[in-house]
Amino acid sequence: MKPLGNRDFDSRRTGSSADEAVPPVRKRHSAPGNLKWRRLLDRIAEKTIFSFAMAAIAIIVLIFVYVGREALPLLWENSEGATVAATFSPPFTWQPVSGVPKYNVLPLLLGTFKVTLIAMLIATPLALAAALFTAEFAPPAAREWIKPAIELLAGIPSVVIGFFVLIVLASWLQAVFGFDFRLNALTAGIGLGLAVIPIIYTISEDALTAVPRSYREASLALGASKTQTAVQVVFPAAMPGIAAALVLGFGRAIGETMIVLLVSGNAATFSLSLADPVRTMSATVASELGEVVFGSGHYRILFFIGTLLFLITSVLNWLGDRFNRNLRARLFGSA
Amino acid sequence: MNTAKSLKAACGGLLLVSLSLFAGCAAPAERQTITVKGSDTMVLLGQRWAEVYMKEHPDAVIQVTGGGSGTGIAALINGTTDICESSRPMSEDEKTKVQDQRKAVATEIPVALDALAVYLNKENPVQQLTMEQARKIFQAEITNWKDVGGPDASIVLYGRENNSGTYVYFKEHVLANGDFAEKYQPMAGTAAVINAVTKDPLGIGYGGIGYASEVKTISMAKDASSPAIEPKMENVLDNSYPLSRSLFWYTAGEPSGAIKQFADWVLSPEGQKVVTEVGYYPLRSTAQTTKTP
Repeated sequence: MKPLGNRDFDSRRTGSSADEAVPPVRKRHSAPGNLKWRRLLDRIAEKTIFSFAMAAIAIIVLIFVYVGREALPLLWENSEGATVAATFSPPFTWQPVSGVPKYNVLPLLLGTFKVTLIAMLIATPLALAAALFTAEFAPPAAREWIKPAIELLAGIPSVVIGFFVLIVLASWLQAVFGFDFRLNALTAGIGLGLAVIPIIYTISEDALTAVPRSYREASLALGASKTQTAVQVVFPAAMPGIAAALVLGFGRAIGETMIVLLVSGNAATFSLSLADPVRTMSATVASELGEVVFGSGHYRILFFIGTLLFLITSVLNWLGDRFNRNLRARLFGSA
Repeated sequence: MNTAKSLKAACGGLLLVSLSLFAGCAAPAERQTITVKGSDTMVLLGQRWAEVYMKEHPDAVIQVTGGGSGTGIAALINGTTDICESSRPMSEDEKTKVQDQRKAVATEIPVALDALAVYLNKENPVQQLTMEQARKIFQAEITNWKDVGGPDASIVLYGRENNSGTYVYFKEHVLANGDFAEKYQPMAGTAAVINAVTKDPLGIGYGGIGYASEVKTISMAKDASSPAIEPKMENVLDNSYPLSRSLFWYTAGEPSGAIKQFADWVLSPEGQKVVTEVGYYPLRSTAQTTKTP
């Protein structure tokens, strides 16, 4: 903390070096009136920050209101057979541009969850093992670079991941497994998994390192090995944080658009096979909203899908937040 | 004192610079920017037209984007494009919407001819299909290549998204307005269809003839008793290729001013020469006039 420039200049001119003992010039100005002024400034700053925070919340609410509002007329309108009931009643096909449009969203829901589950099955073991390793076993020097390296994966634009899977991984997987379809649920799931790994990793690693040292020390003092401590003491203690990591990763995967748009094959199949192409909700909105006639039944259905996605990810984020609070309450005794 | 003076000078300079910048911006704003939007089949063609035209008319500014015929028609209805490129004729419903929103009649200008080609991977031995076979394939009534003279392997379907004019054209003319098979994989553009079919030995796709490099385009027969016709210029000009179609421009109201100039140039022998260069076929009238010396 260097004093102000003014004083610096003065001291240099007088050649005095004992200026550290001199009380800062500024202090003399802090009269009671100045204090009042500062309090006012404080209040203004506080209100400004508060209003910014409120604006962020308002934006989220408005997005929901506007997306929902476009879908709402589905409840009483029936243009081209587009109703809420139509989105869940047979036939189980998505053919919105047709003589008789078919708006069943179940193939899209099934496809979305199928791809997301595959992504989670691939990402969870990898991310958790990596988190456990960096938090408990890696020497500090290794931890210094492993964590940022994995987090860097989160910074790769999803279109780049998608492109990599489309050009390289898809051909390779087809050659290995002999799929009929080059682009299918598995390739999309793997691509999504790549996007989700850094999220699960970062959050669960933070949860593991948040476990107090005393837990480990107590465990080691009782004669447990390093592995026993990590797996049976630290990991269970961080469980709510890990649950939060999984839930947030799931939320990210379900809303991800670009990767699935590129590598899922985009056929709205109603099947459980991993080797069939799939069409997800997000990819459907992305590829069809650009062309659809404003205010038509198809348009409203797409907004309905958007509303569904919004609700699903909101609930997942809320759950993730709850889990994280539980973790803090459990480790430090307060939420 | 000195600083104050130089500050003044700097301000003056800044003002001058910004003024000249403003003037610089204002000048090209007087030139009319023509926006062209729509069919992905035609986006290459539109861009090439714009390039050549702008070289000859330095005062013209033309922006060309794709997105699909449906996107272009929606843009024409919403008034966000001057010219809409479409690989299918506008429906009556869409024409009414143009009338309602733009208070002008949608004007149709056929600008080129295209053979909607069926693409196969180069390794695929199949040389020709009938329209009926193509319909059965895309509706999953035929799912194995051996049923149409190919190897014993399942057929993988690729095509365009439902915002595409080509998608609608194929649906109307090949599928007789039926639905595509469940496992039909829609791609974001014709280039993506070509890419998929190039990579997939068992793939089949469709799209404009102008894109058909790296893949095989097969001959199509109207029915089992008629001969299979290659997608070639003369077969499109005499309409013997079953999937011959026109490519259109649409404007809201009769084109005028810079737009009319551009449209007239596109229909001129010079504009139609570009059509051939890009890989599509010139209109019948100009094809004949260019042949006569």
